[in-house]
Amino acid sequence: MSVATHESGSPAQTTEPVLELTGIGKHFGAVQALAGVDFRVHPGEVVALVGDNGAGKSTLVKIMSGVYQADSGRMRVEGREVHVHSPSAAQSLGIATVFQDLALCDNLDVVGNLFLGSELGSNAWMDEVAMEKESWRLLRELGAKIPTVRIPVASLSGGQRQTVAIARSLVGSPKVVMLDEPTAALGVAQTAEVLNLVERLREQNLGVVLISHNMADVQAVADRIVVLRLGRNEAEFRTVDVTTEQLVAAITGASDNVVAERHARRVPPATETGEVEA
Amino acid sequence: MSTTRTAPTDETAARADLIDERLAQDTGLRGAADAFRRRVRDGDLGLLPVVVGLFVIGLVFYLQDVTYLSSSNLVNITLNAVPYGIIAVGVVLVLLLGEIDLSVGSISGLAGSITAVLVVQQGQPLVLGLLAGAGTGAVIGIAYGLIFTKIGVPSFVITLAGLLGFVGLQYVVLGDTGTINLPRTSPLAQFAREDFLSPAVSYVAVVVVVVAYALVSIIGIRRRTAAGLPAQSLTLVLGKSAIMLAGLGFLTYYLNIDRGWGFAVVFFVALVVVLDLVLRKTTWGRHLYAVGGNVEAARRSGINVNWIYISAFSLTGLLAATGGLMFLARLTSVSQASGSNDVNLTAIAAAVIGGVSLFGGRGSAYSALLGVLVLTAINSGLNRIGVDSSVRYIVTGAVLLLAVSIDAIARRARASSGRG
Ligand SMILES: Nc1ncnc2c1ncn2[C@@H]1O[C@H](COP(=O)(O)OP(=O)(O)O)[C@@H](O)[C@H]1O
Ligand SMILES: [Mg+2]
Repeated sequence: MSVATHESGSPAQTTEPVLELTGIGKHFGAVQALAGVDFRVHPGEVVALVGDNGAGKSTLVKIMSGVYQADSGRMRVEGREVHVHSPSAAQSLGIATVFQDLALCDNLDVVGNLFLGSELGSNAWMDEVAMEKESWRLLRELGAKIPTVRIPVASLSGGQRQTVAIARSLVGSPKVVMLDEPTAALGVAQTAEVLNLVERLREQNLGVVLISHNMADVQAVADRIVVLRLGRNEAEFRTVDVTTEQLVAAITGASDNVVAERHARRVPPATETGEVEA
Repeated sequence: MSTTRTAPTDETAARADLIDERLAQDTGLRGAADAFRRRVRDGDLGLLPVVVGLFVIGLVFYLQDVTYLSSSNLVNITLNAVPYGIIAVGVVLVLLLGEIDLSVGSISGLAGSITAVLVVQQGQPLVLGLLAGAGTGAVIGIAYGLIFTKIGVPSFVITLAGLLGFVGLQYVVLGDTGTINLPRTSPLAQFAREDFLSPAVSYVAVVVVVVAYALVSIIGIRRRTAAGLPAQSLTLVLGKSAIMLAGLGFLTYYLNIDRGWGFAVVFFVALVVVLDLVLRKTTWGRHLYAVGGNVEAARRSGINVNWIYISAFSLTGLLAATGGLMFLARLTSVSQASGSNDVNLTAIAAAVIGGVSLFGGRGSAYSALLGVLVLTAINSGLNRIGVDSSVRYIVTGAVLLLAVSIDAIARRARASSGRG
């Protein structure tokens, strides 16, 4: 399938991209994980990044978050060319990442986790009152339901932990938030809650990058869907223009794919809620 | 929150509220007691087992020998606990990181030897000798930290090598003298043996400590209330302060019947209090817990993980050396046997018995204080009964196993009540 780009109309796209990558290449030994990949996200836009296992999604996210450095290509934040050589460099550029493993400290409470590495206070002395107050503000902003911020995060449910991880990414007032499979380990209601959080992030005019294997989630919240396949841009769709079969076909790289066909036969296009777990 | 995987909202909220005594604002003392009961049932035992253990030990030995709980014996226990306790405080730091220092005994022996050689044999000023001894420990700790972070050797192996190596170095430092005696008139020996707070000073100190505690708590309540956050009730703070005043006051009265609070004991307790504040209130302390809990998460948060390891190892070395200087002061001598396995294992066991998790991220500075009191109290009791030192080792081992078992059972209870 050739690269299909359906550009137009969305209000977000009339603005300058907050984060833009062009011609990104990255190899690990003999494996070309990414080759000439372009990617951009605008303020107030949710971009879903989908693709089969090994397509290069996590590698791309890690390049944007400073965990890996690209071999080739350019990266711009608000039009300015940048070099992101460490996670903290990405953070100071306003790029926040919620990693798939959440990276929470189970032994610390919610406040401790939210402000880990950017504690409030004077010099070495922490201002617990200010941090606790700010924690409640952040959680309220996300409409999060957490009964107390003073219990170790180990005792929170999966959805609550995800909420804490997302709230934590907001501490430095970022411009872009990237979420790597935020709903993979969650139940139905908790998934709905996390998707609500994603909507909240968009309302705050942040650029949001969402990695997911779940087509229903992607189609529910994303404005634009970028499909990677074998380390290359395979396709790009506006969510309103695309059917699940088209997505599945782009992901698997074949329009005559059995999965896509069976899907098309079973589910009428209007009500589809497909899921591709590769 | 959700209906699929968690309990309904109301129940979750109510239970979570009770988890934290600071949230039991409008229920006062009874609310605090309820929260405490609930915590214990859910396996969050904190320092409870050690405190209970101390009472049991006191009772058992008292029944054997009524003079066990006499003022003079309690003063001796406090004095004997100090050197081990200071070393144990350092052990707490590395254990919080999920690492270990097996060489604290060797470091203590080496530091004592260096100070003794400089001061007694070479007639150098005492301050210089102390700085050299303590500095040696800090430098060893920095070296451990560098080897650990830059080369990646497990702390178990690095410090096992140190355990052996520094015993050898201690022999070299002591030369063929064998034993060096510190004059009892030396200010160092006086500090650990003869210097005690006068009764008047000790009572004033108790009042100052309790008033400071109450004031800080009340200021905390004010700030939290002003910020619209739940705060503990004034009654609770006043109740705690009253209990503290009564407890410390009685203890002071009882110890004052004999010699009272030794300077060294006050030094040790102050060290524990300061370290507890550093661990709970500073970013360095927070980062130490974070690294012990999830080092990868700490690294991705931008924490300088290597600095945390190196600083903690060096503090552990410094405290081990300081403990060694206290042994020199208390025993007024140093020999090839100083800082032997007994010291090593007692200090590490004390931290663990006090409730510091071996897996990192859990425990407090007070663990060292309580753990070392348990072991010193047992030691004193067994000595008074006149049992062989073989029995002492066996009992110490059994207590260590018991303490770790209690922790393991409590951890299971925590897991099943969702408190990790
Ligand atoms: N650290 C690494 N070392 C070697 N190969 C890697 C590494 N990270 C990713 N890869 C390879 O790069 C490709 C893309 O991986 P990844 O970005 O994790 O895919 P995705 O997240 O889309 O499933 C895969 O072939 C994977 O094996
Ligand atoms: Mg991945």
